[in-house]
Amino acid sequence: MANTYTLIEAKSLGSTTATITFSAIPQTYTDLKLVNSTRCDLVNSVAVRIAFNSNTSNFTGIYLQGAGSGTPSSGTDGRRAGVSIPTSYTSNTFTNDEIYIPNYTSANFKSYSLDSTQENNATLSYIELYAGLWSDTAAISSITLTLDSAGSFVANSTFYLYGISKT
Amino acid sequence: MPTKLIINCETGEQTEVELTAEEIAQREADAKAYEAEVKAKKVEAAIKATAKAELLDKLGITVEEAALLVG
Repeated sequence: MANTYTLIEAKSLGSTTATITFSAIPQTYTDLKLVNSTRCDLVNSVAVRIAFNSNTSNFTGIYLQGAGSGTPSSGTDGRRAGVSIPTSYTSNTFTNDEIYIPNYTSANFKSYSLDSTQENNATLSYIELYAGLWSDTAAISSITLTLDSAGSFVANSTFYLYGISKT
Repeated sequence: MPTKLIINCETGEQTEVELTAEEIAQREADAKAYEAEVKAKKVEAAIKATAKAELLDKLGITVEEAALLVG
């Protein structure tokens, strides 16, 4: 892989954790890429939510979701960052999520894209594409991930933050 | 007690601490708001589906025939 793609931090959870924050993100890269593989402690699938600089305001976005035997859907929603795997799905399966944040230090609004897939040895399983926007001009120095419905990420969920340079 | 993990990308230090009472309260409030939003969306979808079925019934046509009309 090119030298322009650098692992900033990695974490594999040792125990159930409600919130993950990458703080003091170096401002020396061009783009950021977050690669997550998660499972949660809830019975039903829930959205993972993202926040930048501890800020949960001024987020908008559009999602397109396939669902296997469930009902496919699309719509508007803010702060989406994947759909975590619940306890009712096949044991020991984790999601495959990638979030790309270009120009995270710019003084413009910050766009990001997401693709997220679940794994389940059954007919119901979600796959999602999402285009998000944070209408804020601040450079992104921290990223926080949480779950809807007061859920927590379980052990062995993994989170990798990469910095990508244009040169 | 729910915990939060903070990974400092500058130092590599990883800190896991319990959520404060305020953070737990906010988390529970967010969860309730989310459940209410999901419920409202379901109700809205059900109302739309009922209205659509009633209109088709009133017109005496099928969904496929209605699609032909607007296609």
